[in-house]
Amino acid sequence: MASETRAETVEDPIQMALFDARIDRGESIEPKDWMPAKYRKQLTRMMSQHAHSEVVGMLPEGNWISRAPSLRRKMSLIAKVQDEGGHGLYIYCGTETLGVDRAELMDQYLYGTAKYSSIFNYPTLSWADMGVIGWLVDGAAIVNQTMLAHASYGPYARAMVRICKEENFHKRQGYELCATLAKGTPAQKAMVQESLNRWWWPSLMMFGPPDKASPNSGDLLRWKVKQKGNDELRQRFVNLTVPQAEAIGLTLPDPDLKKNSETGDWEIGKIDWDEFNAVLAGNGPCNRERIEARRKAHEEGAWVRDAAAAFAAKRAPAAGHAA
Amino acid sequence: MSQALFEYLLRLGDDRLVLGHRNAEWCGHGPILEEDIAISNLALDLTGEAQLFLELAGKVEGLGRDADQLAYWRDETQFRNLQLLELPKGDFAFTMVRQFLFSAWSHFLLEGLIQSKQEDLKGIAAKAQKENRYHLRHASEWVVRLGDGTEESHRRAQAALDQAWPWTGEFFLADDVDRVVAAEGLGVDPSGLRPPWEALVTDVIRRATLTVPSPPMRMVGGRKGRHTEYLGHMLAEMQVVARSHPGAKW
Ligand SMILES: [Fe+2]
Ligand SMILES: [Fe+2]
Repeated sequence: MASETRAETVEDPIQMALFDARIDRGESIEPKDWMPAKYRKQLTRMMSQHAHSEVVGMLPEGNWISRAPSLRRKMSLIAKVQDEGGHGLYIYCGTETLGVDRAELMDQYLYGTAKYSSIFNYPTLSWADMGVIGWLVDGAAIVNQTMLAHASYGPYARAMVRICKEENFHKRQGYELCATLAKGTPAQKAMVQESLNRWWWPSLMMFGPPDKASPNSGDLLRWKVKQKGNDELRQRFVNLTVPQAEAIGLTLPDPDLKKNSETGDWEIGKIDWDEFNAVLAGNGPCNRERIEARRKAHEEGAWVRDAAAAFAAKRAPAAGHAA
Repeated sequence: MSQALFEYLLRLGDDRLVLGHRNAEWCGHGPILEEDIAISNLALDLTGEAQLFLELAGKVEGLGRDADQLAYWRDETQFRNLQLLELPKGDFAFTMVRQFLFSAWSHFLLEGLIQSKQEDLKGIAAKAQKENRYHLRHASEWVVRLGDGTEESHRRAQAALDQAWPWTGEFFLADDVDRVVAAEGLGVDPSGLRPPWEALVTDVIRRATLTVPSPPMRMVGGRKGRHTEYLGHMLAEMQVVARSHPGAKW
């Protein structure tokens, strides 16, 4: 509510000019600095979406921990899912520097309209998904986050630097898993190809709609929260991924994929934006299951959080009850 | 002798494999993000220890089986874990109480195992001991917090303790396997661990304002491959991918 009202505020033109000049000089904006209400709002939205995505992202991969086919893979997968939780935590802390607390943000996505990355609304249907997700989904996240590591808001940029290191590790691990399956038995190879077929297009959608149709990109770009458009980032990801697929003998499910000899870019066929919009609108294959799983964890954990708070209050010397 | 050591190592490995698996079921579903991460840590440590113990078991057995073959290609009657550890994860109170009871027992067991004359076993025990210290502290803190938290958390913690307690008798049952490895200076006879374990857990339970249960101990038999009906389902899930692809590498 408060942020809604703030967004209506007309900013002091002098403050505004000084702020824009700082952005233009490439300075980093810190929590205590003056910032326009709209900047704060857009950042809060973007960072909290990112944090929610990390946490919801634990579910599709968590789904296969119990079935990981070797102890080494099981441990890597637990560690990966755990890392994603850590990313979520870290970004929530970053978002708190903007003056919103985690409980409020959690509420907005569990019971409100806050979004998280649509990619996690797809189901994980085979073990190979654990490789393909690392390779493509973490891979796409890296392309995005490498750019965000230069975001104008200091706490976010610093979080991205740290998180990117781990995402790189996830990506390498995922790609290595895919490579292992690709040179394995015929059944393993078929498993990884099938998985790639399912995840390729959704991973391209991770960069968001084409720039001309992206409602929030304008401000974010102007204020250097984002530094590149969706299309440019998507192209970068495609260019990176095509040779990687080739190297392990897998085929990307796009008959129109071809290299433009002038630009050197790999040009893709048409993305099904209707599918993207349907998933975004809440009608993807797992939207309901994902949010229900998070609500269930949150609600069933309420008594644990209450207990921890009650215990802390009892033991805190300042509480005045004891001693 | 090497047969007894093999059996003994399976017990050490299976305990941790099974408990690690149960703890990992919390991953993504924890009550607080911080705790989600902490339980995953427990799962990760336990699975890592299991891998080391089972790898060594395979080496001692000498038939060329590695940790994965032992973990994924044995049936439930060939598993040697304590029955308490295979029970479903339950609520957060049960998970923490079980971890606490097991880690307290493990604490004294590992203290003995770091004296083992078997160098590899000694090394693994030393690593496990370091990790177990953290597990014990973490679980004890939660037991106290839940016991002395709210009315509801107290009720749940007591219920978890009442549920878990009868299974702990199995911690201290010794058979020929234990006696042989203990006599050789390789392992620990668990029957001697009850007094220090009881002292430790009683202290924590009291600080948690909970009551030490005293129902009769259950009939158990995990060390001989007699399990609850839960283990088969757990293994069916755990082993399904591996067993669907005989000979495959992952
Ligand atoms: Fe992440
Ligand atoms: Fe990641």
